Amino acid sequence: MTLKIKWFKGQWLHITLSKVLLYIVMLLLVGFTVLPLVYLVCTAFKPMDELFVFPPRFYVKNPTLKNFGDLLVSLGSSAVPFTRYLFNSLVITSAIVLCTVIVSSMGAYSLVKFKPPGGAFLFNLILMALMFSPHVTKIPSYMVVNGLGLVNSYGALILPNIAVAYNIFLIKQFMEQYPDELLEAARIDGAGEFRIFLQMVMPALKPATSTLVVFSFVNNWNDYFSPLIYITSQEMKTLPLALQTISGGAANMAVGRAGAVAAATFVMLVPTVIIFTIMQGNVMETMVYSGIKE
Amino acid sequence: MSREVKKRTGFSGKELARFWHKNWMGYLFLAPFVILFTIFVVAPVAYAIGLSFTNYNLMQEPQFVGLDNYKLLFLDDEVFLLSLGNTLKFAIITGPVGYLLSFFAAWVINQLKCKRGFALAFYAPSITSSVAMTSVWLVIFSGDRYGYLNNILLNLGMIDEPILWNTDPNYIMPVIMFISLWMSMGTGFLVFLAGLQNVPSSYYEAAAIDGVKNKFQELIYVTLPMMKPQLLFGAINAIVSAFGVFDIAVSVAGMPSPNYAGHTIVAHLYDYAFIRFQMGYASAIAVVLFVITFVLGKVVMKLLSSKDE
Repeated sequence: MTLKIKWFKGQWLHITLSKVLLYIVMLLLVGFTVLPLVYLVCTAFKPMDELFVFPPRFYVKNPTLKNFGDLLVSLGSSAVPFTRYLFNSLVITSAIVLCTVIVSSMGAYSLVKFKPPGGAFLFNLILMALMFSPHVTKIPSYMVVNGLGLVNSYGALILPNIAVAYNIFLIKQFMEQYPDELLEAARIDGAGEFRIFLQMVMPALKPATSTLVVFSFVNNWNDYFSPLIYITSQEMKTLPLALQTISGGAANMAVGRAGAVAAATFVMLVPTVIIFTIMQGNVMETMVYSGIKE
Repeated sequence: MSREVKKRTGFSGKELARFWHKNWMGYLFLAPFVILFTIFVVAPVAYAIGLSFTNYNLMQEPQFVGLDNYKLLFLDDEVFLLSLGNTLKFAIITGPVGYLLSFFAAWVINQLKCKRGFALAFYAPSITSSVAMTSVWLVIFSGDRYGYLNNILLNLGMIDEPILWNTDPNYIMPVIMFISLWMSMGTGFLVFLAGLQNVPSSYYEAAAIDGVKNKFQELIYVTLPMMKPQLLFGAINAIVSAFGVFDIAVSVAGMPSPNYAGHTIVAHLYDYAFIRFQMGYASAIAVVLFVITFVLGKVVMKLLSSKDE
């Protein structure tokens, strides 16, 4: 079954039954993934009386920004303003993402293309680290960070999260598809190794590095455990901990804070959505770059 | 390789120079990763493995006890065996389902209009932190008549009594599986999508000339073989996350959950590490979990190896 519709520039748009069904299935899947988030976003904009309606209402009737105001004001009175947590989270997460992209790409490049002696052993270690439950290494990790005198500094949150087994494994998988012939050709043309890496390999890896940026940003942005054990002073804390502080206050001011918690959750969501949108655009637009064609 | 190493330790100047000349660039590129990885990953993991043979409560020095922790784990700890069963059940269902669903979604979305919108919608659940989403789930799966799911099912006449989603041992696992699928599909999806972008269009053109007729043939003869590295990554990721289920189980069912119906291996590990502070025993649990996932990972690597050797 095909339906033909005149499309712009004189092209024909073919609409087949199977395509329509496919879109319907996909829209149902999208509903499954997105509805809980829509609820979360709606809650952030609910005025006080709608927050406590029983049964809870899904959508918001009279959207308000009051919750966000509360977030700034209610915390403004305490020693550390909300914006400080936001700043900490942004600095730490950006530093980790930048470093891990560079370090993982360099490492993966070496493992796949130089294959130095010991590389296979290292890769096995990486695989093992990947499989090891991170919970039980928290205490040994704390000893290391403490031993280096990093506790309660940005370094404690940044340095341990750069060389992550997961990240180098991801980049390595993409690096394997990069043809050796291109590297050989560039070397014959007299290009230096760092130039080859920066001008040929890194651009070709854009879909992989963009994906890594998203993963790394999301994971570290939402990381609750590291700041919990490495950070002791209030002004060094990050958003996930602040969120807990805000909702922790709910015990004594239950009604006043519920809106602020929803607003804070919303604020936490926004940067990840922005990063994803930018990076995913990156992956989609580079599409089939000429570099990998043989 | 081993011969090179021997020469290196043998301090033959010329050989050493040649070895260094051949490999220094590789080591230079690898150095930043290796240094950080050794300090912050290898050392803690090695230490944890060592601790699994000891009795250690964080206060006194670790005491070497040999294999006692492991014996206790398999012979006397019924709760551990229960958690092992729960985790296996969980992994066997959510692992493959999540993997196939995320590949299917990536493959389909790659061919649709407004890819970016669909991609964002599909990845969105992974962006959230599980802690933040708990409030939403507790509203949906609330055990009284006002919970969304109960409300819908009651109105449709499919049930007469509200179901205690997060307290009835029969329903805890299915609810955890549902939420985990919702949250974890995004990672594999994103890697697969990037992998699909990595397949050069010239391959499809060549395949069309060779007589590949439809999308499914294209998938089997061109896309899947070209995407082996990403498929492997997705599989390892699925294994690790399926066996590491914890946050969601605890936020849905609490800890300990009714009848231990939502008790997983990592929940057991967490219990001993951070509630009872028996680090030796907790490390032994981690090692057992590690052996399971590592063996599975190796099997998957054999199946999806990207080299044609």
